[in-house]
Amino acid sequence: MRLSEHIYRTVSSIRGPLLFVEQVLSVRVGEVVRIIRPDGGTMEGEVLKIDGRTVLIQVFGETRGLDVNSPVVFTDAVKKAPLSADIIGRVFNGSFLPIDNAPMFIPERWGKVSGFPMNPTARARPEEFIETGFSAIDGLNTLVKGQKLPIFSCAGLPSKELAAGILENSRLAGGGEFVVVFVALGLTHHEYSFYMRVIERMRTGFVAFINKADEPVMERLLAPRFGLACAEHLAFTRGMDVLVVITDMTNYCDALREVSTAREELPGRRGYPGYMYSDLASLYERAGRIKGMSGSVTMLPVVTMPEDDITHPIPDLTGYITEGQIVLSRELHQKGVFPPVDVLPSLSRLMQRGIGAGHTREDHRGIANLLYKHYAKGRDLRRLEAIVGRDGMVESDRMMLDFADAFERELVNQGGARRDINESLDTGIALLRRFSLEK
Amino acid sequence: MSGRILGISGPTVTVDLKGLKLYDMVRVGEAMLIGEVVRLEEDRAVVQVYEDTRGLGVGEQAKGVNVPLTVRLGPGLLSGMYDGLQRPLERLREETGPYISGGRELHALDLERPWRFFPLKQAGDEVAEGDILGHVEEGPFRHLISAMENGRIASIHPGEFTLAGPVGTYADGRVIQAHQEWPVRKPRPYRRKLSPQAPLVTGQRSIDFLFPFARGGTAILPGGFGTGKTILEQAIAKFADVDIVVYVGCGERGNEMAELLEEFVTLSDPWTGQALMTRTIVVANTSNMPVAAREASIYTAVTMAEYYRDMGFHVLLLADSLSRWAEALREISSSLEEMPGEEGYPTYLASRLASFMERAGVVETLSGSIGALSMILSVSPPGGDFTEPVTQACLRTAGAFLMLDTALAHRRHFPAINWFQSYSLYERDMVEHFSATVSPRWGEMQKRCRELLQREETLREVAEIVGIEGLQDADRLLMKAAERIRLEFLSQNAYTEDAFSAPDKTLAMIGDILEFYDRAEARLKAGEFLDDVLKG
Repeated sequence: MRLSEHIYRTVSSIRGPLLFVEQVLSVRVGEVVRIIRPDGGTMEGEVLKIDGRTVLIQVFGETRGLDVNSPVVFTDAVKKAPLSADIIGRVFNGSFLPIDNAPMFIPERWGKVSGFPMNPTARARPEEFIETGFSAIDGLNTLVKGQKLPIFSCAGLPSKELAAGILENSRLAGGGEFVVVFVALGLTHHEYSFYMRVIERMRTGFVAFINKADEPVMERLLAPRFGLACAEHLAFTRGMDVLVVITDMTNYCDALREVSTAREELPGRRGYPGYMYSDLASLYERAGRIKGMSGSVTMLPVVTMPEDDITHPIPDLTGYITEGQIVLSRELHQKGVFPPVDVLPSLSRLMQRGIGAGHTREDHRGIANLLYKHYAKGRDLRRLEAIVGRDGMVESDRMMLDFADAFERELVNQGGARRDINESLDTGIALLRRFSLEK
Repeated sequence: MSGRILGISGPTVTVDLKGLKLYDMVRVGEAMLIGEVVRLEEDRAVVQVYEDTRGLGVGEQAKGVNVPLTVRLGPGLLSGMYDGLQRPLERLREETGPYISGGRELHALDLERPWRFFPLKQAGDEVAEGDILGHVEEGPFRHLISAMENGRIASIHPGEFTLAGPVGTYADGRVIQAHQEWPVRKPRPYRRKLSPQAPLVTGQRSIDFLFPFARGGTAILPGGFGTGKTILEQAIAKFADVDIVVYVGCGERGNEMAELLEEFVTLSDPWTGQALMTRTIVVANTSNMPVAAREASIYTAVTMAEYYRDMGFHVLLLADSLSRWAEALREISSSLEEMPGEEGYPTYLASRLASFMERAGVVETLSGSIGALSMILSVSPPGGDFTEPVTQACLRTAGAFLMLDTALAHRRHFPAINWFQSYSLYERDMVEHFSATVSPRWGEMQKRCRELLQREETLREVAEIVGIEGLQDADRLLMKAAERIRLEFLSQNAYTEDAFSAPDKTLAMIGDILEFYDRAEARLKAGEFLDDVLKG
């Protein structure tokens, strides 16, 4: 343990966001360094790797304009996030600096940015219903407190409208509202201003970490961790229910790939690093509830599937870690359905615990199963219809086709309106009755 | 033996220790993190550290311990939950709170808990390694205590004791302990291996009937996300007719582990009526816990499983998922800068997998009883693509391949085991066994069931073109029967009573469907119309 800062002027090479410093004594992995730019400004970095006296530093921020004579200050501290309840209502950039023209708050404590893994025996089972106001989610793919449920979208689909709808309309089953931690990664200005308008309209508390498309890539890796450190603080120190929305994870993964390639690591599938699963898990797994504590962290990451491909490494690895997924469909969007949720590939793994008597309604499970079953049948029949034509089908099959259409038009589609769980389930019952499909 | 840290890269740390052996344990840094030697060079050793290396500094101390990574084996392992390094998670939580911070050593066994020892041997007896000295009662199980060394017993004490003290002494002064340590990477010894004979009933109809699994066998369950790997593994953990279950959550979700724990405390074993947790050991190394410990976790688990196998029990090891283990191996390999094989996995992936899976089997133990260790391992192929290296490497060793099908899962057909692609190499022996124990018609019914499903598939292709109305009545009847097989027989809802199906129930159900088909077919032949036949 050194108790002072050390300054070195021995940078040997600069490669993208990476800096090699020679002849460094006594340094630790994860140590924060400050780099003084030739123009006098400073930027932060972190020690990634040590080989004898050669140290590899990952710089947070733009390395353009740095030269090998730039002094590097080793601070002997590991990266920490300032935490306080005063953070609510504030907007920060990806380096945790305020961008809302208000001064920095005074932290109550400093927390580890990457957090610690939660002891599995300390986890409380997620089972408290969250009403998002969307029938396709509440009725058929129910979200519960402490769950991580990503939205799988395609380029051009209204994922941000859906995320905004969930932000605005989510209510907890026992009453009460969420504190929202909003993490924007690589957002265009257009998207950014859309989300900011939504956040301003909301009455609930929020914290925002904004990294725009033209801001440093490294901050894209940091911002979600800051957001989650705040969420954990608010949830488990302050007892609040926190909803973390991260958009867009595809930009996060691309940033990860960019840094990994600069480090000359072995590329995995499609050039993404082999450790992407573990890295994504270190974010997603921070959602949850803890036994004996009142708060919760619920996570709603948005993933844009490149080439609409659900087997692409980003949605694929995400799906392996998260507890289900909400999949948006281009076809439904083109039919004018909003939200364009395709309920067949969508899934909420924790739904079973969060529905039924005491959570939603006693008949919830039965209705959901029936709707799903008949809609799946109707969808299957559409392929047949394409071959033999509607006239070539028996009456019961034609009815199934009509049911599938009505299901999309009336239950999934709800435009901008908010439906509570009773309205969602009643819409389902009405549909089933109209087609006399039991219930 | 102590030295200093020279370099750090991710989970691997270079230290200047000399005289270490490969796979010796090393403690590094002021935090005393646990690691294993994975490479020896002239004057330095490369250590794979099982905990987060963040904050570790160059120049900090490193200590060689001169023993390889071991697990502690003794009474009290059952109903415990451990991390990949066998730290008891419940006690860790009591001591350090809801988060795991690392660098902490906790004895896997509770040294203060009182046990009662019932000796079998007495003072003056000569014993050899593996001989049974006596037993303690661990819940409903007779936990055998065996000798770890040869020698003549000088004293042996019946009655109450704790693991902190000995249960006896040898004539030459060595003490006899009721617990031991064993290196995780070294298979525990046995007299000889036998071939699998008896079936392992899982309670899942599609497995027991179509792809029966054997005691001492290995099966893999590959499937894309959302195909129900975890739910199937957990259902098997609940209902399988085995004595002891070791469940490894290897790089999977934390909430799933919480759910499993809560459920297992309340449910009971359908075969014995005992609480499920009393027969279960859980090893949980979730996806956000250190990667290197994930690599070790399956070895920690299999060693505990072998320990109970050596008492003559039938132990089932369930791992979810082997792909995460392979990824951990890849991560470590790439931080060692080894030459990569296919998709970046090290070229030794297949041989490591094979030697792990070979630790399964039916054995005659050192004390002469018969124990079995069976393995059911899930695999998570990226993008649901079964041509990837981990699935392919498993296929070379596994005795059963239960392929989980995304299309079936989307239709909410669970367990989503594809009945055309899956296979079990134990099938012939097991069908013989079921024919002898349940019904002589088992094999014949299985054949008919397969045939119906196969013919349905062909007819379905026709029906897609001409429409179901265009088929003949006999074919439509067959489609109806096959649909009943799929929906009523092969599907099982994990959340209802039907989650478990005993072999006689399985046979009765398929018997009913086949009988329905035969009767209806006869009536069709007699000239009746299909619609009337189906009405009743």
